[in-house]
Amino acid sequence: MTKLEFMQGNVACCEGALAAGCNFFGGYPITPSTEIAERMALKMPKTGGVFIQMEDEIASIGAVIGASWTGARAMTATSGPGFSLMMENLGYAVMTETPCVVVNIQRGGPSTGQPTMSAQGDMLQCRFGSHGDISTIALVPSTVQEMFDLTVKAFNLADRFRVPTFLMSDETIGHMREKISIPDSVEIIPRKEPKPGMLTYEAEEDMIPGFPTFGKGYRAHVTGLTHNERGYPDATNPELHEALVRRLVDKIESRRHEIADYDAVNPDAETVFITYGPSTRTVRQVLHDHPDEIIGHLNLRIVWPFPEDTLKLFTNAKTFIVPELNLGQMAREIQRHVTGQQVISMGRLGGTIHSPDELYAKVQEVA
Amino acid sequence: MSTETYEKWYRQDRLPHIYCTGCGNGTVMNCTIKAVDAMGWEIDDTIFISGIGCSSRAPGYITTDSLHTTHGRALAFATGVKMANPDLHVVVFTGDGDLSAIGGNHFIHACRRNIDMTVICMNNMIYGMTGGQGSPCTPVGKISTTTPYGATEPVFDLAELAVAAGANYAARWTSYHVAELIKAIGAGLETPGLSFIEAMVQCPTAYGRRNKLRQVGEQVEYMRSHAMLLAKKARLEEQGKEIPEDMFTVGEFVRRYRPAMGVPK
Repeated sequence: MTKLEFMQGNVACCEGALAAGCNFFGGYPITPSTEIAERMALKMPKTGGVFIQMEDEIASIGAVIGASWTGARAMTATSGPGFSLMMENLGYAVMTETPCVVVNIQRGGPSTGQPTMSAQGDMLQCRFGSHGDISTIALVPSTVQEMFDLTVKAFNLADRFRVPTFLMSDETIGHMREKISIPDSVEIIPRKEPKPGMLTYEAEEDMIPGFPTFGKGYRAHVTGLTHNERGYPDATNPELHEALVRRLVDKIESRRHEIADYDAVNPDAETVFITYGPSTRTVRQVLHDHPDEIIGHLNLRIVWPFPEDTLKLFTNAKTFIVPELNLGQMAREIQRHVTGQQVISMGRLGGTIHSPDELYAKVQEVA
Repeated sequence: MSTETYEKWYRQDRLPHIYCTGCGNGTVMNCTIKAVDAMGWEIDDTIFISGIGCSSRAPGYITTDSLHTTHGRALAFATGVKMANPDLHVVVFTGDGDLSAIGGNHFIHACRRNIDMTVICMNNMIYGMTGGQGSPCTPVGKISTTTPYGATEPVFDLAELAVAAGANYAARWTSYHVAELIKAIGAGLETPGLSFIEAMVQCPTAYGRRNKLRQVGEQVEYMRSHAMLLAKKARLEEQGKEIPEDMFTVGEFVRRYRPAMGVPK
């Protein structure tokens, strides 16, 4: 039986993590994500998990990766400045194919910026922030319910694809309180074990190797250096490096349409909003106020890998309008995938969200 | 070490190792394996973890599950491993640059938390892997590629730092003091909480060659003749006698049983 609650977004994220079997949380307090660390500190000892407050965000993600190698479902939560500190170890997680969930409750940047205000300025950082060519998965909730649902989903995707997976939320949704329904249990997709006889970094047909959990006798060697299928370093072999990095990227990118999670409303519309996070709510208000089906809406719950085929669902689209809480980070990606259609970026800074009137005015201006 | 021990604990398919002729790291690795083997630990219950640098390549040669992490962060990763599964035995290899420069913050906090693991620092007083830049442990006056006129900054006393930060066990020996080193590592493995063993090692390639210690034997002899037992230092101080500036102390700095984290139940 599901139970209905009135809950804060950050708390719903914790409830989702606990439902998904998260049993390790390493973190460092930072506004506006702090409630997540506080809630996990309260809950973990009661559910047999581990909560540890680390000395900084570099150590937090390091501990999370270490815990993941013992088989733990491990998570951390942070915001912009801490997210920046995590970049090197996140690249390590990509290279070593370590599943982990990183929650980023985004605030205004750059630098210390606006700690208590909402933003979506880290959307490209989660995709391109670590050095080298990488691909990761990023989910964006626009409701408190989705804070729960997408946190569960993030754990499953991280384990399935062996990749750091981001819940790219923001201050608005993190601190919002609304109704949420919590199911008794959620679907858990366990980590794939290595097949007998296979090497520790030998990929199967799905391009993903089985996970050789520490302490189970696999005798795995794990390194951030370019490595062969045995996991051993071989950092000067051009063919090996290219094959490894291409596999790490392709295992995600080649499945982007399968991973995609979105709503497409009014697919015949000529003017289409594309949103993720808080702007989704504003566009829904616009559609509610103007129910004549002339405005299309694509809401993305997974933005990376970017599902460009979703743009083609809007067969008559002439204009895509992209309201986001940055200077057009995802609009830039959308622009890359369209020809002959206009992409209007409605970037917004300062910490508040767009008003429905403002968005509707843009529709009228375009039409 | 018996051939049997050697064959059991090392990844034969990874040899030869990358260490230069005359490097002291292999000695420390062997001393560690000997101490670990003497503990009766199983290969599949033991995890070796490291950061970046010459020292940190050691886990790649050892048969156990091993985690070669990012520069300076080995102790953060090790904290996650040990806290998530306290039944695993965790041994960390690190170096003076990895541990005390980029990883200094993690070092003091791992000691403060007193997490049940053994940290072995191969202190070659230099960044060896990158070709001999000065580290926080390069002695004053010594030449490195980034201290071409002689190092001017005071050195970190890593063993003292571990004591001050709260580790349950701290000792310092050198690659010359093999028997003492094995014993100290064994004591570290036995002691619950964080155990820190600093092993001074020769680096003829990156350090000795620029500091008139070109021959391996010269640098090992330097370590022998400049190592002063803690007890002797205390005696000299009591007598009001001067201790030469180029001497460094060796021995057991602390062995205590403060509450520790990550101890198996």
